Amino acid sequence: MTEMMYREALNRAHFEEMRRDPTVFVMGENIGKRGGSYQVTVGLFDEFGAERVIDTPLAEASFTGAGVGAALAGARPIVDILFVDFTTVPMDAIVNQAAKYEFMSGGQGQVPMVLRTQGGAGNGLAAQHSQSLEALFYHIPGLKLVMPSTPYDAYGLLVSSIRDNQPTIFLEHKLLYMTKGEVPDEEFSIPLGEADVKKEGDDVTLLTYSYMTLKCLEAAELLEKEGISVEVVDLRTLKPLDEKTILESARKTGNVIIVHEACKRGGVGGDIAAMIMEEAYDDLDGPVSRVCGLDTSIPYNLELEKVCIPTVEDIIEAVIKIT
Amino acid sequence: MSKKSPQKEAVKKKGSTKGVSQELLLQMYRNVYATRQFELKCMDLYRQGFIRGYLHPYLGEEAIAAGVCAAISRDDFIVSTHRGHGHCISKGGDFKRMVAEIMGKATGYCKGLGGSMHIFSKEDNNLGANGIVGAGLSLGAGAAMGIKVKKEKKVVVVFFSDGAANQGLFAESMNFAATFDLPVIFMLENNHYAVSTPVECSFGNCDLACKGPAYGMPGICVEGNDAVEVYKVTKSAAERALNGEGPTLIEAKTYRHGGHHVNDPGLYMDQEVLSAWKAKDPLDILGKKIKNKKKLKAIEEQVDRELEEGIEFAKNSPEPSVDEFLASIPNY
Repeated sequence: MTEMMYREALNRAHFEEMRRDPTVFVMGENIGKRGGSYQVTVGLFDEFGAERVIDTPLAEASFTGAGVGAALAGARPIVDILFVDFTTVPMDAIVNQAAKYEFMSGGQGQVPMVLRTQGGAGNGLAAQHSQSLEALFYHIPGLKLVMPSTPYDAYGLLVSSIRDNQPTIFLEHKLLYMTKGEVPDEEFSIPLGEADVKKEGDDVTLLTYSYMTLKCLEAAELLEKEGISVEVVDLRTLKPLDEKTILESARKTGNVIIVHEACKRGGVGGDIAAMIMEEAYDDLDGPVSRVCGLDTSIPYNLELEKVCIPTVEDIIEAVIKIT
Repeated sequence: MSKKSPQKEAVKKKGSTKGVSQELLLQMYRNVYATRQFELKCMDLYRQGFIRGYLHPYLGEEAIAAGVCAAISRDDFIVSTHRGHGHCISKGGDFKRMVAEIMGKATGYCKGLGGSMHIFSKEDNNLGANGIVGAGLSLGAGAAMGIKVKKEKKVVVVFFSDGAANQGLFAESMNFAATFDLPVIFMLENNHYAVSTPVECSFGNCDLACKGPAYGMPGICVEGNDAVEVYKVTKSAAERALNGEGPTLIEAKTYRHGGHHVNDPGLYMDQEVLSAWKAKDPLDILGKKIKNKKKLKAIEEQVDRELEEGIEFAKNSPEPSVDEFLASIPNY
């Protein structure tokens, strides 16, 4: 085991997979010599050179589409988009090309592409650099969607995403890059579609993912002191969704709160809540509730920004309300 | 990165078939004729109710795909368009699986899931037709990037239209390919209409080939109805690409023989201009260059036979199974 930062775990996965498979390559803005805005691709250029660590022109629509084309030609591209906010620019390549090619071609044209990007608020980056847009991808059949919360998960899930034969949106959170955790020294992978019970409990289930997992764990610890036993389920991958683990936990505690940073309206929480109520209604003590971001664009001012994102206190309050 | 100064290459000895083997001429003739008959038959099938949805005939443009595919190998990739039947046929497509796909049958190239606008043929390295105008530009540039990463010796030809040349992706993909000297040929099929909007009403500069040098690659204009001329310019562009010298833009001027799709009578088209283009029919132009008329006749008869077999095969093929379709939907 080695303690490392989230960004270092991602970096390690890049190195190992690129050494293992010469068809894996990285493409994006400022990822080569600069090593990426969050240092995830640092060092790759020196080892693998400009042929496999490609600093692209500032043109997301073409290099994301090029990722799809390279995948169709038998390579395994990792397309790096600086901010999830910028994925609206190459949305045709994502929605109409990557997501649909295998389907439209009757299975002939697989797109083993990873689109790595990051989202979330908390750094005062204002409305166009702070969004949580996972619901856009969650809605599109044909895309896998991965949102890890720890260095361990980030490493293991990136390895799986690179080896996977379908297009995968790998969505990181900008506040996670500097967080630390233990990662085994030997190579490993985590299957896509398996949630992780980060903390077991009996009274309430908090279903969450990405950065909000850390806040849920903090809330659970404080609630434990008050005698409320909270289970924290980190979904890790939103597609495929681990309905089995979700429903097991829902049936066990009978009380479910879904916590995500993205806006409540049209967020993935609404869909998961509906699924739980369709499948496990009789085992619930009450309706599934949600603690989500406000339905607003993210303001620049730091105090205003804080108001838009669920806090540990918001989560505790929601738990106390239903117990 | 060193850049060679891009220059327009003059097409040498226009109209000559010197250096083009009889075998290649016959192959091109076969594909022009096959595409012509295929489209006419499909339009009939459409009107008889066997085909639904969108059907965009390649009538009048057949020489471009035939010339291009004669100049590249089976291992090379093509990226097609919504008007893609001719590309598929010239790259080696099988009538049976094509007609079946267009009829939505289980035996089609895409198991009936794609249809006319999405035919894909893995064994022919045809990376597929596309329903989004211009999307293929970045896919083709990317396929060329994939070839480079895998250190293979292959070239990609991206077919696209004058309409697609007005998409932002055209600019981005041309620049992307030129920046990295990618082995790709941008084959602009200028049929003079984006659905019903004429080129002269949608470009500030109607010389589309001149956009090549602006991005750092040669821009060549060629008579698109002459398969031999298309073959020659494609051949030299492919050699350039395989030598690591980068991409080429080729503008092949042509004209649709009808409206945008099977149900569009094309009333907005200037009938005099249309007649003038029909007078230089790709099939006639190529036919005149081949002396052995007996061979042409034999080719035509064989195509007719194969096409009838293809249509019968498709008509007799099963519809896709609903149960199998539902069972195949993945959980993501």
